[in-house]
Amino acid sequence: MQLGRVIGNVVCTVKTASLAGQRLLIVQPLGREGRAMGRALVALDSVGAGMGDTVYWCRGREASFPFLPADVPCETTIVGLVDVVNIPGSTFAIP
Amino acid sequence: MLIARIIGDVVATHKAPSHHGRKILVVQPLDLDGSDRGGAVLALDSVDAGIGDRVLLVTEGFSAMTAVGRPDSPIDMAVIGVIDAVHLDD
Repeated sequence: MQLGRVIGNVVCTVKTASLAGQRLLIVQPLGREGRAMGRALVALDSVGAGMGDTVYWCRGREASFPFLPADVPCETTIVGLVDVVNIPGSTFAIP
Repeated sequence: MLIARIIGDVVATHKAPSHHGRKILVVQPLDLDGSDRGGAVLALDSVDAGIGDRVLLVTEGFSAMTAVGRPDSPIDMAVIGVIDAVHLDD
């Protein structure tokens, strides 16, 4: 998994049927100092994340498991809302 | 798998049910010379590792789920060993 921040969302009215009802959020991955690391991506939400939330997300086939038994075609899913990041010596801060 | 260092942990009360009861560790993969190898990632603990430990990190879902013992879970990384020593052919 990786740390990230929700910075936006995507609206797709025409999409594959099995994505119906799923929220598409834009996530900016974060590094150990809380700064942007790599490029933003679109992830499904499985925990009710909102704009500006610090989250963590999962990649790959496992990213569709929160939606079982439905087979949802997704490769990145937000699987946790972060309360605290404890990295001694880091400037990571949750707004 | 990768050699890595645990540099912190994360608290998340609201998360995938299968993540409950496991520490969420902040892990920094390392090159053989000990320098950072890419960015830090999060992994679930399966060997009771702590901050500062040098560990073995698996970065693929099936292996991670198996190590943590939770099938069908949204887990793609896990700490699966605490490293005592690394020997290199000189």
